[in-house]
Amino acid sequence: MTGPAAAVAPRERVVVAMSGGVDSSTAAARLVEQGYEVIGITMHLAGGASRCCSLEDAEDARRVAQRLGVRFFVANYRERFEQEVIVPFADSYLSGRTPIPCVACNTRFKFEYLMERARVFGAEKVATGHYARVERDPSSELYTLRRAADRSKDQTYFLFELGQAQLSRACFPLGAMTKSQVREHAREIGLTTADKPESQEICFVPDGDYAGLVERLRPEAGQLAGEIVDEAGRVLGRHAGIHHFTVGQRHGLGISAGRRLYVSRIEPDSQRVVVGGIEALAAHGAELTGVNWISGQPPERALQVRAQVRHRHAGVNARVEALPGGRARLLFDEPVEAVAPGQAAVFYDPPTAEAGREEGGERTLGGGWISTALK
Amino acid sequence: MRIYLDHNATTPVREEVVEVMTAVLRENPGNPSSTHAEGAAALAAVTNAREQVASCLGTEPKRVFFTSGATESNNTLLCGLLAANASRRHVVTTTIEHPSVQEPCTWLEARGFRVTRVPVDEDGRVDPSRLAEAIEDATALISVIWANNETGVIQPIEEIAACAEQRGVPFHVDATQAIGKWPVDLSRIPVAYLSCSAHKFNGPKGVGALVVAGDGGIEPLLLGGGQERQRRGGTENVSGIAGLGSACALAEQELGERRRRYAELRDRLWRGIETSIAGLRRNGSSEHVLPNTLNVEFAGSAGEVLLQALDLEGVAVSAGAACHSGSISASHVLTAMGRTPEEARSCLRFSVGHGVDAAQIDRVIELLEKLVPLAREAVEA
Repeated sequence: MTGPAAAVAPRERVVVAMSGGVDSSTAAARLVEQGYEVIGITMHLAGGASRCCSLEDAEDARRVAQRLGVRFFVANYRERFEQEVIVPFADSYLSGRTPIPCVACNTRFKFEYLMERARVFGAEKVATGHYARVERDPSSELYTLRRAADRSKDQTYFLFELGQAQLSRACFPLGAMTKSQVREHAREIGLTTADKPESQEICFVPDGDYAGLVERLRPEAGQLAGEIVDEAGRVLGRHAGIHHFTVGQRHGLGISAGRRLYVSRIEPDSQRVVVGGIEALAAHGAELTGVNWISGQPPERALQVRAQVRHRHAGVNARVEALPGGRARLLFDEPVEAVAPGQAAVFYDPPTAEAGREEGGERTLGGGWISTALK
Repeated sequence: MRIYLDHNATTPVREEVVEVMTAVLRENPGNPSSTHAEGAAALAAVTNAREQVASCLGTEPKRVFFTSGATESNNTLLCGLLAANASRRHVVTTTIEHPSVQEPCTWLEARGFRVTRVPVDEDGRVDPSRLAEAIEDATALISVIWANNETGVIQPIEEIAACAEQRGVPFHVDATQAIGKWPVDLSRIPVAYLSCSAHKFNGPKGVGALVVAGDGGIEPLLLGGGQERQRRGGTENVSGIAGLGSACALAEQELGERRRRYAELRDRLWRGIETSIAGLRRNGSSEHVLPNTLNVEFAGSAGEVLLQALDLEGVAVSAGAACHSGSISASHVLTAMGRTPEEARSCLRFSVGHGVDAAQIDRVIELLEKLVPLAREAVEA
């Protein structure tokens, strides 16, 4: 039970959020290779009182930490996560929105609560296995959040709420790597998690049954049946609760019509689900709330940006105008389908002339929550 | 150099015990059930240990049955009630028992038993008269923890034993934390059953005993081989049993000295932090308590964070109930004493023991003075 040899100078401590997956395992390994004193922490977020804990993932993380020879802890955030992420997730569906719980998990759990804990441990930096890059602009001295080198894996969309103070302490060791490089590196150094499959679902709904979760947390949701109507208000069918629907959804409507129908709008007050043809999905803009500007300063004039309105969205050129009260209005250069309230719109630098591609720039400028799709 | 203040979780094995055990492992290869010389030598080691355990606890060797530890002892006794008592199907216990008593009680409830869990006061003590009121004609057993593992609080075992005897109900005491730190003399206190584990008093893990003082029948949990006079099948853990015997002999010999030394260290720690850190509260009676245990609430901080920060600085303590993944929940013992879940999550348990010295205690005080304010800044409580 002796610590590392005390002859060397004390190394900088970094806390790494280790989920037990290949990405955070490799992130921890990279930092060890760079000479940091790594402290691995698995955040115990979900798994209520009934089921003690998700043993397996924590055990994977623990094994990786052992292999790397670093200290490892499990941090209990279950009660807080339930209150601040899971319940709002359910309530979001009940109010006709399509939530993304990963943003609050990042903003609050990894880059606020875990950062606070890291400070008690004497660690200034907190690292995660996110595919993103943080850099400091030498002229403005501001931290910038940049797209990952591996664009197909980029996760800046989920990090748009981070501010300067958080970015100054954040560390993304995988930002310059591709996923296959990460796996290869993990295999080379013999990490048990090297070939672990990607997690696709929202972590606290492993079976993908969102409606079931909503009904467990808010039993009254089971009683909220309503009508499915078309844009003209004609009743086409009935549904078992608006929490079963998401804007843009095509399957599971339970109605047959002569054409393909999509959910174009959800009306929580009347419990109506409005459907229409593909054309009904098109929005020309969105109203945003809870807007974060990564520089800390909202722009004074409307800004040309590349906007992304959901995780797997290629993005669209748009203009964003900051409004008082942390709001903003986003106007797309061309119509965008299935702009769902509850999702985030994240702004990036506009496409550069040199690149000449339909792809935005590298820098994440900020983002906000879609409250209304403008049609 | 690590500082280990978690002796209620487990203790380092004393060198004397290691020697006894290694000698058995190296030189005593027999099976105690065999009749040849090798078997006889192994049986002698077991018999010798039985005498040491009996002497330490103030009972007779024939009352001592070896098990794999207090969890097995508690399970054997409680689960055994199901088969042994067709008519008496009620158990009286408390709200602060160890899970190895709590869970068999729940198991019994699922099989038609009734269990009365008598609450404790805010000092963590049970009122013997309230316990007496809970006794019914159908009560098959009273089971009470002698010294609580989390708070160290000592229960009024003599009074409960007297009351149980008067009412004619067998009384089981879980003495796991008491032995080696508190006088346990069954010749003075009429308990029917007692459970203990060697590793809580500088013996090896995986061995313990169930003392059956009366003639009460016990259904064995493990069948096969008829060892331990039909009460526990399976070849004896001879080296472990020898280690338990040796640890008992040391505990008996050193009890007075240990109580004095542990209390001195524990009090030094409490005085040190109480004077330099605001917002502390000691959990549980400071009068009826093990000499080695200090459970403290650090209001406005998270025990889990403090535990981990101390660990990184080389100090081992404990907090609440660790679940299997390693994350920590509020202790049922502290909530049973009226603490809110938030308060219970702000607590640390320090338990001193063999090898701890005053300089180590001073270092821990110094670290807490530094870490508690930092932990309070982190909004995690």
